Amino acid sequence: MQTMSLNMRAAILSVVLLVLFLGAWEISITRQILGEALTEYEILMGLGQQRSAIPPPSDVMIKAWEQLRDPFYDAGPNDKGIGIQLAYSISRVLSGFGLAVLVAIPLGFLIGMSPVAYKALNPFIQVLRPISPLAWMPLALFIIQDANSSAIFVIFICSVWPMLLNTAFGVAGVRADWVNVARTHELGNLRTAFTVILPAAAPTILTGMRISIGIAWLVIVAAEMLVGGTGIGYYVWNEWNNLDLTSVIFSILMIGVVGMLLDAIFASLQRAVTYAE
Amino acid sequence: MRKDFLSVERLSQTFPDGAGGTLTVFENASFGIKKGEFVCILGHSGCGKSTIMNVLAGLAEPTSGVVKMDGMAVSGPSLDRGVVFQNYSLLPWLSALKNVTFGVKARYRDWSREKVVAHATKYLAMVGLEGDVIHRKPSQLSGGMRQRVSIARAFANQPKLLLLDEPFGALDALTRGTIQEELLKVWSQTEQTVFMITHDIDEAILLADRILLMTNGPFARVAESVEITLPRPRERTEIINHPNYYAIRNHLVQFLGKRSKELAGQRSGGESQSPETVRIDMTTTTTDPEPAPTPTLLKAVNT
Ligand SMILES: Nc1ncnc2c1ncn2[C@@H]1O[C@H](COP(=O)(O)OP(=O)(O)OP(=O)(O)O)[C@@H](O)[C@H]1O
Ligand SMILES: [Mg+2]
Repeated sequence: MQTMSLNMRAAILSVVLLVLFLGAWEISITRQILGEALTEYEILMGLGQQRSAIPPPSDVMIKAWEQLRDPFYDAGPNDKGIGIQLAYSISRVLSGFGLAVLVAIPLGFLIGMSPVAYKALNPFIQVLRPISPLAWMPLALFIIQDANSSAIFVIFICSVWPMLLNTAFGVAGVRADWVNVARTHELGNLRTAFTVILPAAAPTILTGMRISIGIAWLVIVAAEMLVGGTGIGYYVWNEWNNLDLTSVIFSILMIGVVGMLLDAIFASLQRAVTYAE
Repeated sequence: MRKDFLSVERLSQTFPDGAGGTLTVFENASFGIKKGEFVCILGHSGCGKSTIMNVLAGLAEPTSGVVKMDGMAVSGPSLDRGVVFQNYSLLPWLSALKNVTFGVKARYRDWSREKVVAHATKYLAMVGLEGDVIHRKPSQLSGGMRQRVSIARAFANQPKLLLLDEPFGALDALTRGTIQEELLKVWSQTEQTVFMITHDIDEAILLADRILLMTNGPFARVAESVEITLPRPRERTEIINHPNYYAIRNHLVQFLGKRSKELAGQRSGGESQSPETVRIDMTTTTTDPEPAPTPTLLKAVNT
């Protein structure tokens, strides 16, 4: 009962905050449109001109209603529904992320189980990891010669590191007792890897995956702004060029919602493999 | 003398001592265990009991010496040597039943699923785990239940030799008592050879055919092999009335209290060090009003 009422109170507070925020936003915009004088600060910052173009939340809501009613319409290269754009972005993220899983998990196992492999590969990892994924873009475009594949490559490269390091860390940290259980049962290396080490390290591995998918979703927006053509990142940039700020704000919201959903999926996977000791 | 089922020959183990030198845990230790025998090893903390057991299990390589089982040198772990680890070592993501079937599947790879489950369920029932409990995860079981699962896993594999490292160390006295009885019951049904480490003198007397006594380390050795001349089946409440009980117990307490220290640190001088056999039997000298068991009822070691 106590937690129920706590949740209830929190939910009410959330709604109140949202209403207050949207209300303040709506009011400030309408007043400005009605010809409120600019403050000195706004003049100094050069914000005055643009700010009159910021749409009130009511416009954004109308836009959202229009878009979400028919998210998959396709009226030419520069006019596609938000659903189509998001689907492009998600499919790129999932392709790059999937490739990263195929590379990072086996390699992470190797590094986690073999100190030699760890020492040999560590210098490469240390140099490659801090590179901003977008810095690879020119090289990728030059080598791959295809915008879509280059974007996928950038997603691959940014999601591979957290998974690789977490897998290695999780595998190396598997309790020696559990490995001894496998050894006293004469399990081969492959069976030990699948029946003992993988489930034991799964929570750590999934933590890595969750971090990776989060980074991948952050990076895809920037990558698509660069490569253009399709995707939510391109959409945001295109609407900015059209000076359609209502659509920009709406798509920013959608980016947040999709990111939250991706994270929620991995959070629930994580919960499924977590065990209590 | 009949050939031992398990024989440990001139086993030595040294470790780096962390300061550049070496630490000799034990040197040239030799002893044997017969088929079907229940042997306990007693010694102070740090004398090297777990180290010996890890070598017997094949989980660790000794610095020198060999362990032979059925005449074959042991190298690496094997399903023929089942281990119950001190900290249970159940896989926490599997239910109690799955932990046991994990072992059974490894041992009998060609068995059908139903057969594996039936076999595992049978052994869990032997240690008193039945019904819903067997579908719980280890974290949802009490310490005693976890240890039972661990024992069931080891017995279900029907190894030729069962190695137990202080299996009841973390349990309260009451739970300990019940599980000891269950262990005895399962052992008497399966006639397995058991080698068990313990800190508890009474536990050792209740369970063992023979107790090996270790001196303190470093350079620890298995100094004595004390025969437990108490008839089976043994009841905790009854053996204490047996004339041999306190005589044996006093001998063990004396050893652990005083002599383990006095004998400590003696170098082997290159000799193989076998334990001295001690047999305490008061039933032949005292006239006891209670019906004293005849020596033929004893589960004698040298048969
Ligand atoms: N891997 C290792 N490296 C260095 N020293 C070790 C190692 N393993 C054990 N030792 C040392 O060997 C000695 C014996 O250890 P062991 O674990 O066998 O003791 P034990 O008799 O089982 O003690 P307890 O009853 O407390 O479990 C100890 O002094 C310990 O410090
Ligand atoms: Mg120990």
